[in-house]
Amino acid sequence: MTQRTLDLKLRIWRQAGPSATGAIVDYDVPGVSEDMSFLEMLDLLNERLIARGEEPVAFEHDCREGICGSCGLMINGQAHGPQLGTATCQLHMRKFKTGDVIAIEPWRAAAFPVVRDLVVNRSALDRIIEAGGYISVTAGAAPEANIIPVPKTVADAAFDAAACIGCGACVAACPNGAAQLFTAAKVAHLNLLPQGQAERYARTEAMVERMEEFFGSCTLHGECEAACPKRISLDNIIVMNGDYIRAKFRNRRLAARR
Amino acid sequence: MITLDPAVPEGPIEDKWDTHKFEMKLVAPHNRRRFEVIVVGTGLAGAAAAATLGELGYKVKAFTFHDSPRRAHSIAAQGGINAAKNYRGDGDSVYRLFYDTVKGGDFRAREANVYRLAQLSVDIIDQCVALGVPFAREYGGLLDTRSFGGAQVSRTFYARGQTGQQLLLGAYSALARQIEAGNVEIFARSEMLDVVVKDGRAAGIVVRNLHTGRISSHSAHAVLLCTGGYGNVFYLSTNAKASNATAIWRAHKKGAAFANPCFTQIHPTCIPASDEFQSKLTLMSESLRNDGRIWVPAEFDDLRPPNQIPEPERDYYLERRYPAFGNLVPRDVASRAAKLEVDKGRGVGPLKNGVYLDFKTGIERLGRHAIEERYGNLFEMYERITGEDPYAVPMRIYPAVHYTMGGLWVDYNLMSTIPGLFVGGEANFSDHGANRLGASALMQGLADGYFVLPYTVPNYLAGMLGQAVVPDDDPVFRIAEADVAEKTKRYLATGGTRSVDDLHREMGRIMWDNCGMARSKEGLEKAISEITALRADFDRDLRVLGSADTLNQSLEKAGRVDDFFDLAVLTCRDALHREESCGGHFRVEHQSEDGEALRDDDRFAYAAAWEYAGPGAEPILNKEPLTFDHVHLAQRSYK
Repeated sequence: MTQRTLDLKLRIWRQAGPSATGAIVDYDVPGVSEDMSFLEMLDLLNERLIARGEEPVAFEHDCREGICGSCGLMINGQAHGPQLGTATCQLHMRKFKTGDVIAIEPWRAAAFPVVRDLVVNRSALDRIIEAGGYISVTAGAAPEANIIPVPKTVADAAFDAAACIGCGACVAACPNGAAQLFTAAKVAHLNLLPQGQAERYARTEAMVERMEEFFGSCTLHGECEAACPKRISLDNIIVMNGDYIRAKFRNRRLAARR
Repeated sequence: MITLDPAVPEGPIEDKWDTHKFEMKLVAPHNRRRFEVIVVGTGLAGAAAAATLGELGYKVKAFTFHDSPRRAHSIAAQGGINAAKNYRGDGDSVYRLFYDTVKGGDFRAREANVYRLAQLSVDIIDQCVALGVPFAREYGGLLDTRSFGGAQVSRTFYARGQTGQQLLLGAYSALARQIEAGNVEIFARSEMLDVVVKDGRAAGIVVRNLHTGRISSHSAHAVLLCTGGYGNVFYLSTNAKASNATAIWRAHKKGAAFANPCFTQIHPTCIPASDEFQSKLTLMSESLRNDGRIWVPAEFDDLRPPNQIPEPERDYYLERRYPAFGNLVPRDVASRAAKLEVDKGRGVGPLKNGVYLDFKTGIERLGRHAIEERYGNLFEMYERITGEDPYAVPMRIYPAVHYTMGGLWVDYNLMSTIPGLFVGGEANFSDHGANRLGASALMQGLADGYFVLPYTVPNYLAGMLGQAVVPDDDPVFRIAEADVAEKTKRYLATGGTRSVDDLHREMGRIMWDNCGMARSKEGLEKAISEITALRADFDRDLRVLGSADTLNQSLEKAGRVDDFFDLAVLTCRDALHREESCGGHFRVEHQSEDGEALRDDDRFAYAAAWEYAGPGAEPILNKEPLTFDHVHLAQRSYK
């Protein structure tokens, strides 16, 4: 195997703190091995910056296996870059060529304020889960696991939704800064399973309404699905919207009964 | 000298936990709000413990250095979780899981703890299914299982290759429910930098907010550390980049004994390193060994592409050497066997640093679709990283540091040698002995979090009814805060030339070369002196730029690497003193003629619990003797 190396020009968003003014700064990065991951390329840049006495670029990352959801960069205007179904940490430099100019920015969304450079605060996503993204089971109260059979197709569909890594790419890619795909993935995962039925409508209502406190509205552009590193389907939003409407009707019936 | 009291309950092993649960003290529901509990770390053990203690009604504060509890490294576990459900009717039982775990751990774990773990494994699956974890199912709708290394039954429950993710999301959802209910207060982006001890008891912690740099104190009646393992002491490992030992190391310096640090696990199936910039290694789940066959070319320096090497010229060395378990031997055995082949010069790939893991037979037998269904995401991950298609070309794999069986010493109640300081999950040393079996880490983390700590912590708290917490402006907290601030300042002020990563990488290389898969007296002594010398470089020549009052990732790392230096020396020292080979600890001086590990039960059937004796001083060795009344001491054989 012959190793190619690339000479790149990076245009990176630098911002010293949450209230500081940011700007794009250009960096020449020669000698990047094509076997490097995108983040290893940034490591290399940072090592060189430190050697020159400049502060390294802050960026979020942890597992570097595409599962923790920490990393997330706008690469040439695309959330997680050009490779479909791939988180930033799994993008490798062999997808680029020498001489490329790569613009790297943080997620841009009103609900994700910039903390520093490429790091944003995504805690609004946690607030949505806290509103109802769970099945209420107290440890010790669970029935025998095999007592409720779950058809394989249902379990698979729930899994497909549950694969969301909470990176926020869907929000960053959305022209409205909406979090529908993230929320719908969690709603669909739990609402599809028999275990999730008891709280199905209350959950949907609570999560959707919490979401709307932070995020923009969905107009079904579909950019979210295209950006999702786990290829979460837009169909989940249909499931969520259907359950949300049903929840509202149910409430009306309940109100009338009183 | 500290006293190590394992506090194992009396009675037959089958009844110990039940008896103990009855004998432990309770806290009445109306009194629970009067107790404050701190949980550090929100992985499987931490999230489950915080959620469950919240459900019970205690006032819980949960801390994570991540931006969200869901990002803890438990999320990356792939293969599965063991449980003695015996759904297959293939002869599994609580006793067999217990037996396999003690034997797989090469007889260096405490029997009573392992038995309890096997018992609780059954409840974990129930709990997780109820929480909505989408485990793999069969067409009839019932739960599917698969087999894993070190076992001859099929007891591993899984959710594709993302079991850890799904289990963590389950625990995180339970935690989120308690946060919403107001029972748990969550502190994200808060890194624990010290444990505070007053009058011999854990009184709270000091944390630094990673966004603002603010240092603050939090007091509680009990502190739980569920902060994971220390595999990153080797720099290159399958651990997430931020995984670190700071929480347990600083607790160690405050009096918690550190047990068996040299018991580190090298996982046999990882993607080999490709160049010097490699920042971490990626695991390919052990479950792949179910349908993949491991081989190397029979000839030395065979440069043909793998598909052009005919069957008779391949050496399926695991199947040859271990016919009974074949490709499913335990991790330590598989790793050493791979190293042996590569060292002999039969390694494959451009750097000759791997062995093949081949799915040709599996695909022929089951069809591509079945293989895709089982391992699709892993194959995809492999393809992204290497640019090679594993459906067509065998994977190249090589062992890498993956898990640490060592950790803070705990008694049967999971309490460390500091009263009131509990340790759960990978951070403690308790259940895996010298080698952990696949799919047992998730089991242990959740058992500790959902079903052990929620019983044993209240037992401790019950004795403190009516006592207030130590106020967080008490001088003990002020002193700890000042220490933390001083340390932070020192890293920034060193003003040297070397980055944290540069120093960490060099230390990791020394550790891997001398304290990795094969260890010798000479190598370990060399490592201790080299690491000590490099430590001096760290103190003198470190360069951390920026300031302490904003997000500063180099500064965060500096503190973690500082602690790794100390831990690295202790790990080597522990490896040096343990003059036997067992599990993940292989001393070249102690092996049989055909290269198998030789234990020395007469001299080393104990847990080595090291006591901190002050900066630069020799740590003190304490021993907890291990007795084996049920699983009889025998040389492991997987032949």
